[in-house]
Amino acid sequence: MIRVVLPAHLRNLAKANGEVTVEVAGKATIGSVLDALEATYPMLQGTIRDHVSKQRRPFVRFFACAEDLSHDSADAPLPDAIASGTEPFLIVGAIAGG
Amino acid sequence: MANKTNGVRVLVGTRKGAFILTSDGKRKKWEVSGPHFAGWEIYHLKGSPVDPNRLYASQSSGWFGQLIQRSSDGGKTWEPVDNKFVYDGVPGTHQWYDGTPHPWEFKRVWHIEPSLTDPDTVYAGIEDAALFRSTDGGKSWGELSGLRGHGSGPRWQPGAGGMCLHTILLDPSVPGRIFIAISAAGAFRSDDAGATWRPINQGLRSEHIPDPTAEVGHCVHRLAMHPSRPGVLFMQKHWDVMRSDNAGDSWREVSGNLPTDFGFVIDVHAHEPETIYVVPIKSDSEHFPLDGKLRVYRSRTGGNDWEPLTKGLPQSDCYVNVLRDAMAVDSLDSCGIYFGTTGGQVYASADAGDNWAPIVRDLPPVLSVEVQSLS
Repeated sequence: MIRVVLPAHLRNLAKANGEVTVEVAGKATIGSVLDALEATYPMLQGTIRDHVSKQRRPFVRFFACAEDLSHDSADAPLPDAIASGTEPFLIVGAIAGG
Repeated sequence: MANKTNGVRVLVGTRKGAFILTSDGKRKKWEVSGPHFAGWEIYHLKGSPVDPNRLYASQSSGWFGQLIQRSSDGGKTWEPVDNKFVYDGVPGTHQWYDGTPHPWEFKRVWHIEPSLTDPDTVYAGIEDAALFRSTDGGKSWGELSGLRGHGSGPRWQPGAGGMCLHTILLDPSVPGRIFIAISAAGAFRSDDAGATWRPINQGLRSEHIPDPTAEVGHCVHRLAMHPSRPGVLFMQKHWDVMRSDNAGDSWREVSGNLPTDFGFVIDVHAHEPETIYVVPIKSDSEHFPLDGKLRVYRSRTGGNDWEPLTKGLPQSDCYVNVLRDAMAVDSLDSCGIYFGTTGGQVYASADAGDNWAPIVRDLPPVLSVEVQSLS
């Protein structure tokens, strides 16, 4: 079980309260977590990453275990603490604008 | 002949959410519902003419992109539908601001136009300019790519607000006829339900482009038509108010005695097809009313002769703008006129423009206003 913290707007969109959890078969990566998240919450498709290119939207960031993983490969393994559910995977709306 | 209606619903899109205002036929007291989708930009929301409880909304954000929401109960509840707008084939390039080729990139949905006959068919005008259609209530979208592909697409260039397809008019009497407008490419018409298109910009003159009378490149801000005479089109261009009497084949200027002919909105009285409304804005570099006076101008002669409408509108120190999708009319008798401002006011007149009052006044900047006349 992987814990995911969504930004408030996406939490509202997904009608989720607090953290959400997803199950990932196989290796836990940013890509596999987002695949599982979008399968569970289809309304999030296109809001975190592009539908087609799968590129992260520019003002969305990925944090985990106090590290910024936003520029990591979608196929890179996530830290063990994320894969085990000890720590949450954070999807963050970047501070931008006023 | 006026429709028999006993109420109106005003759909307001703003920079930070959607608001729905309702009133009875007197249009004196208003109830405000919202914000719906708080914090998101709502460029436009509009109801189906054949099922007024079916609404569609364009919801977007710089962070999380585009969503389309659908309501089946007049806006009480909403459900997200498909938000995948993928250009047909290899998108190619259009011109960038500096004249260099720039790849077509989806940015947002500016305008939603439900079909006149089927609540599950709906059109979406997007930036970078293209026309999409759904025939399953928004569950999937496909591009009508004959528009971008008709030949002039590589020469289209964005206006200051982006290269947006912002106007979609469905002809109620000629099957398959659709008019659209793009900033800054111009107006286009299809006579085969969107399969093929032709530019309809003959008679437009735009001094800010190298060839002022070019086939494309004109910054059309808005088109309007009266459903009883769909061959007559009215246009607020960047500068100039224009009119066509032959479905866009040619245009002539009808700015007449307007104090400035720059502006964004234009609309037609619900029962008088020669009565039209604009809100003159000072200039393209000063997006506010002339002399700080918010004035709607009405022509009862289809243009050229204009009268200012000021009663109830601020006549000093007013420096708001009225954006291109932010004016609408109801079909009550007498006709109601509505417009929203970047200052967050929505003004309404229940007597065709003679008297105005704000029906809500402290919303986020208003991006769009639509009205439904409810029976």
